[in-house]
Amino acid sequence: MSGQAGINSDFSPKILVFSTNNISDPGIDLAGSSHMHYPPSVTVISMPCTSGIRPEWIAYAVERGFDGVFLAADGEECAYLPDCAKRTSEIVRRAQELLEQKGYEPQRVRMSAICSVCAGPFTGHMKEFSEALKNLGPARKG
Amino acid sequence: MYVCHCGGNISDYVDVNRVVEAVREEPGVVVAREAMFTCSDASQQEIIRDIKEQELDGLVVASCSPRLHLHTFRDVAKRAGLNPYQYTQVNIREQCSWAHTGDREGATAKAIRLVRAGIARTRLTEPLQPLKIDTVPAVLVVGAGIAGLRAAIGLADTGISVYVVEREAAPGGRVARLGRMYPHGKRGRELINQLVEEVQKRENITLFTGAGLVEKSGSIGNFQVRIRVREPVESEIGVQVGAIIVATGFDLYQPREGEYGFGLEGVITLDDFLELLDAPGAGLNFRGREVKDVVYVYCVGSRQGAGGEGANRYCSRYCCNAAVHAASLAFDKSPGVRQYHLFRDMRTYGRFELFYQEALRRGAVFLKFDESEPPRVERGEGGKLKVTVKDLLTCGEEFELQADLVVLVTGMVPRENGKLVDILKLPVGRDGFFNEIHPKLRPVETVVDGLFICGTCQGPKNSSESVASALAAVTQSASILKKGYVELEPLVAAVDPRRCNWCGECAGTCPYSAIEREHYQDREVARVNEAVCKGCGGCVPSCSRGALNLKGYSDEQIRAMIDALAKEIC
Repeated sequence: MSGQAGINSDFSPKILVFSTNNISDPGIDLAGSSHMHYPPSVTVISMPCTSGIRPEWIAYAVERGFDGVFLAADGEECAYLPDCAKRTSEIVRRAQELLEQKGYEPQRVRMSAICSVCAGPFTGHMKEFSEALKNLGPARKG
Repeated sequence: MYVCHCGGNISDYVDVNRVVEAVREEPGVVVAREAMFTCSDASQQEIIRDIKEQELDGLVVASCSPRLHLHTFRDVAKRAGLNPYQYTQVNIREQCSWAHTGDREGATAKAIRLVRAGIARTRLTEPLQPLKIDTVPAVLVVGAGIAGLRAAIGLADTGISVYVVEREAAPGGRVARLGRMYPHGKRGRELINQLVEEVQKRENITLFTGAGLVEKSGSIGNFQVRIRVREPVESEIGVQVGAIIVATGFDLYQPREGEYGFGLEGVITLDDFLELLDAPGAGLNFRGREVKDVVYVYCVGSRQGAGGEGANRYCSRYCCNAAVHAASLAFDKSPGVRQYHLFRDMRTYGRFELFYQEALRRGAVFLKFDESEPPRVERGEGGKLKVTVKDLLTCGEEFELQADLVVLVTGMVPRENGKLVDILKLPVGRDGFFNEIHPKLRPVETVVDGLFICGTCQGPKNSSESVASALAAVTQSASILKKGYVELEPLVAAVDPRRCNWCGECAGTCPYSAIEREHYQDREVARVNEAVCKGCGGCVPSCSRGALNLKGYSDEQIRAMIDALAKEIC
């Protein structure tokens, strides 16, 4: 349960992942098919492309109770936009700005390229991000 | 709303019954059931019956990944008279039960959240119709090499009109310059002449040589293309086509000055050597001198280490075969010639292996070198070249070879085609070749609907592989055009004209030029050309007024999903 500031051993950070239908979502599927574990407090919304994410959604997710948001981008593999990685990082930058304005730590949003067979890297990112968010504490303070 | 046990794949790790009970009271839910296998015929029938009896206007199935059954259940919806775009697949297998096999409590809570989000999204879906677009029964083929010519003939025989645009003054491309080819022994020129003859026989093929594209507009089914020709007078011709096939071929790797002695007299590329082998008469001569010793250096310009910027990391895959074939031709021409092949790895796949065996049998010597210690080519004595190589097959022993000719076995590189890439919006891969959507499942289609690629413009291939892919492009384009219309996914971007005041920001974010300006109640607003839009949503975050939405992923839907996912489980 969130609500307590500081490090709480029961605190399992809620992470929202934005994935992409054709590339990173299959990579996340593969993690499951391979029975590679990551915290069940991670949930995924899949989109065509991470370049289509509004920074406002990221801020909204944190306001609604997510402790962190992770953008599983296509990177160089994006079939739609050659500059997808650049666009996604710009979205992350704008989201971080919004979070700061609202009094949240910008470290609550992260991105990384996750390919369609990146099961290991994905679970690794989730564990790492989860640890980092534990140190940061719940997004909703007090 | 149906939750699948998947025979235990889900229910062993998730309390399915609890999920069903937890979402039964969610707003909008009329039917909430579980099933052993929702994809089974019996369950599909049950779903169809429920939809019809209860007159449902939304369907959610929580089961496996949408990659497995999204289309199965869209089809179920359709059969029940429900709009297929009002269906949502919730992935509680790959992204829930299987990923949290050791945490039944956590997995069940997560499944409840995911199903709630699916329901929230579904409530906000609208019925959508596939975009139906009439097609023009004509195809533009760019490039008149072996792939382009063969594609043109194949298409023409299905009754489709074909325009072939070739940059050079004559058709034929690289194959026209080749000598005897494997396995039939026919010369490249003969093959090309045969194809050109067939092209000329067909009235529905128009071949433009010395020509290029200057402009393309429109979209799948109806492209408008402008072609510039130089002969007889410089002019521009406009044509209308339903699809475009790009077969622009490759360039040969050009060694740098000094790369394996390139620049020294007698150091030539494989291409030059093939020309020499094709010269009339017996004997093998280079600039009037008899060639007694030939040293080949393999993988020149291919499989380059990760270090260099713009290194060609890929294997060109035809060159081992071509070099071994050249060795055979050289033995035919001059039986006494000594041939040394300095290779990194031999990749004479399939029946080309027989050629390798033949070259060995006829006395060719193969030495294996390591990329980190490449052979050195220097000027030697008596007008010969000296090649020093460390041979891994004899435990790194160093050999000094005297050569009359050093043949650099050069690979294929992508062509400089910036203008064409620009005009057609061709997707270029990391290696510089054009990219297909999926190497196995959609090998000649690109992300631009109606735009196909084949032959070596998409990666190194030999001529038979090029022709095979050309014919794949024929089948793919003809299957669209023969039907007379295409249906496109309606999950595209849309502008709310009431919110838009045309700043042009979104138009600048679309590399497909799908956003146009139009009049709306005495104002200028943006409009999405649905046939051109790829549905990526890249324009959505650019609108400060929130006037842009991607259908199926609208602002309202994403926020509703976030709400549902964040909500506590009681």
